[in-house]
Amino acid sequence: MTVLTRALGAPMTRVEGGLKVSGEARYAYEHRAQRLVYGWIVQSTVARGRIASLELEDALAVPGAVAVVSHANAPALQPSDRAELAVLQSNAVAYRGQIVACALGETLEAAREVAARVAIAYEPERHDVVLYAEHPRLFEPETVNPRYPARTDQGDADAGLATANVAIDCTYTTPAFHNNPMEPHSSMALWEDGSLLIYDSSQGAPYARDQLAELFGLEPEQVRVISEHVGGGFGSKGTPRPQVVIAALCAKVVGRPVKLAVTRQQMFAFTGYRTPTIQRMRLGARRDGTLTALVHDAILQTSTLEQFAEQAAICSRMMYAAENRRTTHRLAALDVPTPSWMRAPGECPGMYALECAMDELAISCGIDPIELRVLNEPPLDPSNGHPWSSRNLVVCLREGAERFGWQERDPTPGVRREGRWLVGTGVAASTYPAFRQKSQARVRAEADGGFTVMIGAADIGTGARTVIAQIAADALEVSPSAVRVEIGDSALPPAWLAGGSGGTASWGSAVVPACRLLRERLGAGEEAPLEVSVDTEQELEQDRRDVSRHAFGAQFAEARVDVDTGEVRVPRLLGVFAAGRILNPLTARSQFIGGMTMGLSMALHEQSVIDREFGDYLNHDFAQYHIASCADALDIDAVWVEEQDPYLNPMGSKGIGEIGIVGTAAAIANAVHHATGVRVRDLPIGPARLVRGLP
Amino acid sequence: MASEIELELTVNGVPRSLEVDVRTTLLDLLREHLDLIGAKKGCDHGQCGACTVLVNGHRANACLLLAVSLGGADVTTIEGLASDGELHQLQRAFIEHDAFQCGYCTPGQICSAAGMLSEASEEGVALDAAEIRERMSGNLCRCGAYVNIVAAIAEVAER
Amino acid sequence: MRSFDYARAASVDEAIRAGADGAVYLGGGTNLVDLMKLGVVEPGALVDVSRLPLDMIEELPTGGLRIGATVRNSDLALNGLVRERYPVLSQALLAGASGQIRNVATVAGNLLQRTRCPYFQDVSKPCNKRRPGSGCPAIKGAHQGLAIFGHSDACVATHPSDMAVALAALDARVETASRTVALNDFYVLPEERPELETVLEPGELVVAVSLEAPLEGARSAYRKVRERASFSFALVSVAVVATVVDGTVRSARIAFGGVAPRPWRALKAEEALSGREASAESFEAAAAAELEQARPLRDNGFKVELVRRLLVWTLTEVCK
Repeated sequence: MTVLTRALGAPMTRVEGGLKVSGEARYAYEHRAQRLVYGWIVQSTVARGRIASLELEDALAVPGAVAVVSHANAPALQPSDRAELAVLQSNAVAYRGQIVACALGETLEAAREVAARVAIAYEPERHDVVLYAEHPRLFEPETVNPRYPARTDQGDADAGLATANVAIDCTYTTPAFHNNPMEPHSSMALWEDGSLLIYDSSQGAPYARDQLAELFGLEPEQVRVISEHVGGGFGSKGTPRPQVVIAALCAKVVGRPVKLAVTRQQMFAFTGYRTPTIQRMRLGARRDGTLTALVHDAILQTSTLEQFAEQAAICSRMMYAAENRRTTHRLAALDVPTPSWMRAPGECPGMYALECAMDELAISCGIDPIELRVLNEPPLDPSNGHPWSSRNLVVCLREGAERFGWQERDPTPGVRREGRWLVGTGVAASTYPAFRQKSQARVRAEADGGFTVMIGAADIGTGARTVIAQIAADALEVSPSAVRVEIGDSALPPAWLAGGSGGTASWGSAVVPACRLLRERLGAGEEAPLEVSVDTEQELEQDRRDVSRHAFGAQFAEARVDVDTGEVRVPRLLGVFAAGRILNPLTARSQFIGGMTMGLSMALHEQSVIDREFGDYLNHDFAQYHIASCADALDIDAVWVEEQDPYLNPMGSKGIGEIGIVGTAAAIANAVHHATGVRVRDLPIGPARLVRGLP
Repeated sequence: MASEIELELTVNGVPRSLEVDVRTTLLDLLREHLDLIGAKKGCDHGQCGACTVLVNGHRANACLLLAVSLGGADVTTIEGLASDGELHQLQRAFIEHDAFQCGYCTPGQICSAAGMLSEASEEGVALDAAEIRERMSGNLCRCGAYVNIVAAIAEVAER
Repeated sequence: MRSFDYARAASVDEAIRAGADGAVYLGGGTNLVDLMKLGVVEPGALVDVSRLPLDMIEELPTGGLRIGATVRNSDLALNGLVRERYPVLSQALLAGASGQIRNVATVAGNLLQRTRCPYFQDVSKPCNKRRPGSGCPAIKGAHQGLAIFGHSDACVATHPSDMAVALAALDARVETASRTVALNDFYVLPEERPELETVLEPGELVVAVSLEAPLEGARSAYRKVRERASFSFALVSVAVVATVVDGTVRSARIAFGGVAPRPWRALKAEEALSGREASAESFEAAAAAELEQARPLRDNGFKVELVRRLLVWTLTEVCK
């Protein structure tokens, strides 16, 4: 593939930056409509059971009350395998906090008060909400996300462990994490002549459109979803969440436009989260550190409504060479909300466990953790025997070691002190697959000499709008300022959603040929206005399947632990990534350091606490569920190594939205161990887990 | 009982006379009644800072202020920060430093930074990175743009 | 949120009359509005006291300070006299909340803020403090952040204030319109009645907090341990005000935050320290004396160790 370079590779500022800094960018909840009704969601207060009765008299007596929509009066939806979206379709309750009604009011204040006065009686049943390693209902699913086998076996892992010179056997746990984008999930629904218009906070308007059409029994053309600006998602807005269905249902019931926003507290129930994990890692090695066996057993939760199997152990299938290997996933279906997509599903928790285990193995073998990884570098993808399209993990590790000053590191744990701080450093590898999905794009040459790119992509903060302009500009051989980008609307050509780090690769694969075709036709004498469309479906079918495509990286952390209190600070985080060609160094760096900041937050702060008695995530707000604050983010930097990879897409890029969070927590955990000599295997690491182990 | 009370206040230099529900917060007044959508609702409980505006020149969480208690107040939102169509220097610095991604916390970050710079100047405090970080910690950013936010503010603070 | 009557008090007397009729005082509102949105508090009437002339910080003839009830937290933290004479108070204030909240929250509101116990804040769950007699799920539930001192079988909540911890160590006095109460007598422990948090009578209005003249030669510090570097409530915090003469601790006043239903004045530790040599052994002994009364819950035993380490460290710094 020929790659043109002018706009791509330049640090272009965001095309919608002016709108965002001036408060003019309009997010889903901020659209206007005549005769608007406000919605406020009512949640179940039992974790399992049935609604026995609804008492609405008080609620409907509130001044400004419009209606209360519940299973008693909600229109029927078409059957769907997305049980989380089948809202208000029965009186059954599958988890605490599930949507059981929606209060509607003439004002926001009225809707909230109506919701508070809805009285519901339940027939509760015993619930089971706590995941633990010996849970009697654990089962092995057929596949894990998206469609990997749940179990793999290579060689004889048990024999490999038994005959290893050095072996470690450690269990790591991660708590549930909530995505918590800053913009709560919000929707505004308007019905007109049987057609549905939705303003939604969605990572993929075309995908949301299809799901809504299915649920409401409509043709896709009868539904339009607009998500012009989206205030973050991190996976939680990738597949539609129940609030969009509720908005549409309620608008149908009252015959007026309805808008509603999920409250921050409610987001801890039904907008998705990452499953807690219990991961047992067994590594066997020869004395020199060569892996002979690798066993990764992941225990995860799902709900009784839908099966969601996070692919936590798949990273152990491809990261390192080992003759004998076993990876397994087991799930317990609990009375909890269905876990969902959260930044780097699978790799994020899985690499936390694997990369901590590698650190423990390096210490057991008495070799440097970087050298251990280099030693076990697989020439081919161990999961399938395919060659790598490119794999520069070693280059990242070496480059990072140089920049971070790793050479001077004394591996002895717990021996460095500066003032009040115990000081240590840690390293971990990072990876995320690179793939693309079919997409369509339309490009129009305008009469005024400009160009318009139209594609059902989404910009949730990734810089999609900007990089699409750059991609188009280079393919058209014009300046990016001549390119207008229209995204975030299901009326545009359908395209892959902003997820799986596959957005730019998928969209660019359609935009580039469309632009080139348009340019050819203009060059051949056709005149503007002129429009061409491209669909990548066929091209993608011809993609080589015998190549493994992954981005890699190395994460370096310095941790300082207060010698008395166990408070942890991370004065330095450095990520070195090999992710194909970096298309916009300004926004790419933001993606990397943003992911790393979330990884730091995961390592030190975040934890959703399930309440055993009541069954919900208890600490459901930002005062109790801590995410990293400005004061926690010190020197965080990301750099990348040049990578030419012809097997990817016309831009030569790999996705970068998720790899930043992968490995960060392990690097920090390893650094905390190096600082203190205390190995904390359960996240988050903080005073509660460290203070009793300090000198 | 849905008591409405007459309220007069100034928003971005424009005097406003309104009937407001006693329960309405400044944030909902701005967003739902005045269509000033720059102040964002991220948590509605003073825990994220996305709704930060300037009230009589001081930064405050608009979600925790009852509008009725603000009679006579002078409120500045992100929409009032630019002057004569020129972006405020903080707004320009945020763009240049890529100090945001999704943009949802951004108006609050910028209003907070504007208030914070005045506070520091009144106190006579020199703002190094550590000082900026601590003083900006009431504004959460889930995209993790903190490093760039601090760089953007530091650049303006140095001027 | 239930609708309510709103009135702005033109005078202290008017406010007190409204308060006597059941109106709830609205100061900065940073906690009250929060709780009203959650449905934890549902007042029928609010009387806005935020513009009453109670926003002065005055030097008293005794050399002390009188701080009006509606002084904003940020104004108090940055007041020149406070910074010079009571730095521990300024440090505690600046360790609390965020810049935005400190600009709005008042002194009285800070004193009277409610616990952040997750069960108290969720009206769909029982809580003896919120609904007397309904039970305390925190005792068997998630209580990592809750009390190790002063709690009861009815309630294990902690008081969330930083400011009040410093005021406890400063022996502050709380003035209402009708009387003056020592801060250390102002808060009551839950025992069987966790809904009662202070000695205030219904409608009684806090008008000021006063401080004695600073002790000659006293040194002080406020230290806060939390789960992130800023903008979070204390796991454990400590305020120490101590005087050391010739290597001997003449007086030490110690209060902890994040460990009890009220700012926890560590009288046992103070007693153990008084007249002792300012040494690591004395500091350890003081911590041990205080911690004899600690009754950690199933999952918050780490706070015992945190209290010990934090106190020894802070005393070491203050008494050197």
